[in-house]
Amino acid sequence: MATGSNVLTDLGRTQARTAGRRLKWQPGRLFVFILMCVLAVFFFFPFFWTLMSSLKRIDELNTFPPTWLPASPQWVNYQHVLTGVPFVLWTYNTLFISALSMLGTIITASLVAYSFARFRYRGRDLIFMITLGTLMLPAQVTLIPQFVLFHRLKMINTLTPLWLPAWFGGGAFAIFLLRQFIMTLPKELDEAALIDGASYPRIFWQILMPLCKPVLATICVITVIGVWNDFANQVIYLQLPEILTLAVGLNYFRTLPELGGQPTQHLLLAASVMAILPIIVLFFATQRYFVQGIVLSGIKG
Amino acid sequence: MVVARTELPVRRRSLGVIGTLVGANSRLEKHQALWGYLFLLPWLLGLIIFWIGPILASAYFSLQEYDVLSPPKFIGLENYVRAFSGDKQFWPSLWRTLSYSLQVVPIGIVMSLGLAVLLNQKFKGTPFFRTLFFLPSLTPAVALALVWTWLLHPQVGPLNVALGWLNIDGPGWLTDKLWALRSLVIMALWAGVGGNGMLIFLAGLQGVPQELLEAAEIDGAGPWGRFWNVTIPMISPTLLFNLILGIIGALKVFTLAFVATNGGPSFSTWFYALHIYNQAFNYFRMGYASALAWIFVVILLVFTYAQLYLSRRWVYYGGESG
Repeated sequence: MATGSNVLTDLGRTQARTAGRRLKWQPGRLFVFILMCVLAVFFFFPFFWTLMSSLKRIDELNTFPPTWLPASPQWVNYQHVLTGVPFVLWTYNTLFISALSMLGTIITASLVAYSFARFRYRGRDLIFMITLGTLMLPAQVTLIPQFVLFHRLKMINTLTPLWLPAWFGGGAFAIFLLRQFIMTLPKELDEAALIDGASYPRIFWQILMPLCKPVLATICVITVIGVWNDFANQVIYLQLPEILTLAVGLNYFRTLPELGGQPTQHLLLAASVMAILPIIVLFFATQRYFVQGIVLSGIKG
Repeated sequence: MVVARTELPVRRRSLGVIGTLVGANSRLEKHQALWGYLFLLPWLLGLIIFWIGPILASAYFSLQEYDVLSPPKFIGLENYVRAFSGDKQFWPSLWRTLSYSLQVVPIGIVMSLGLAVLLNQKFKGTPFFRTLFFLPSLTPAVALALVWTWLLHPQVGPLNVALGWLNIDGPGWLTDKLWALRSLVIMALWAGVGGNGMLIFLAGLQGVPQELLEAAEIDGAGPWGRFWNVTIPMISPTLLFNLILGIIGALKVFTLAFVATNGGPSFSTWFYALHIYNQAFNYFRMGYASALAWIFVVILLVFTYAQLYLSRRWVYYGGESG
């Protein structure tokens, strides 16, 4: 792990340096560069097309041949989405689940990781193996009993089933990531504090947690993106239009035949843009924590 | 964590039953172990409530006829018998899922690796390209499906318009039962190849020792020879990791089909996970759906185990300090 661990974080810098050294222009490299540009267009085009389509009038959207740019940008499409369906409420619900899941995950997963990394007790390694084992299991096998459980608790059509599990350890991946990180911190820190009379909760809270900030940030980002992109869980627990999240709301909106007497195709694209945009902004703001997650997990081969 | 225990077995008498239970040899160890359990508690509860309990419950449900509202009725293995012999969509949905995975996984792995190799060339703009390739993987699946419905639109979709320039009459993609599955493959590839898998490959490529590549070059190996005989063996653990995760992910395909095609047209994208979902939450056959889920778990475990077993032949762990 040691050799590869800082590889991605240094990636940008290393590449910039070597690029400076090899200024010699080779035809092979030109070919690679052109290939990358073609691929960039392939990956970016759908975003561009969606944005442009979301600004067209419905008849222009269905014109053949399609136009590259909207004849006159219909910003009003976005306004229609916001007023026609409870889009703001869906966004709020998504943010609510994200925030509570995030909080639950970082609080409980770090406690559990602290326990795995620093304490010795019977059954620890077995429980840790089981923890990793849950990563391999398909959600389908736990989904139905969980649904029955939340049904019994009368929590269907509430947001609770979507954030509550995060408060019970936050899932194997978060625990694993934090455990790996805590294990790299020198144990002498804990021991010194222990000798000075600090209790275990205090060591956890005042010594280890501040040092874990980078990996906690990574887990926050991963959790939020997970909630934002989750559909399978949300579609099972949320069925009433007034309690949907963005993902399920978008799907519900899709099944509406019309909105205010007009077809919804262009509005759906505008809604899609509004669902994609926040997550992309978040990604740009937190990109380095993202890459860190992969580095920290020690997965690199 | 290994502490040499040179001292003789300590008197456990003073530690009591709890001390023995937690495996402690001294008062300090007992104290420490109890704190350890306390910190572990949230996850211990989580494991029981959200994993072990549900797994056992789902095994139990799979032997019942259960629709949530009325009490379950024990019917033995009937659900399993029905799956294998009485369900018209069981085998087709399984083959469909397999066929989808056999398209998405190999193409996806090759493309992810290809992108990672390109990004591993030393260029000035690489971070920019890396970000760009990564963006599709952030698109929420519902938005992805909505966006591609237009990109693959039979008449005004840009793909068919572009094919029209080449005088090719593009198919109806998502609305054509011969092409719907392939359309989903295309969508999944666009969204997936630049994502985490690519980043993991990139990290793997960066870990290939430069000396080995240079030594091979001096010995006269060309770029392809270096790639096949040095790079690939060196990143084979990464390859295995991405392969296992890729297959698990592909076999679980659900949202894309749910939103883009809802299993249609004429069941051509009715995948196994969709089948489970519909049995459970449309027809409320919780018992039958649990049996389907258990069959699924067994299939996934067999796949994963087979890959780990076969990997002994081609994965090389020697040079890594992992």
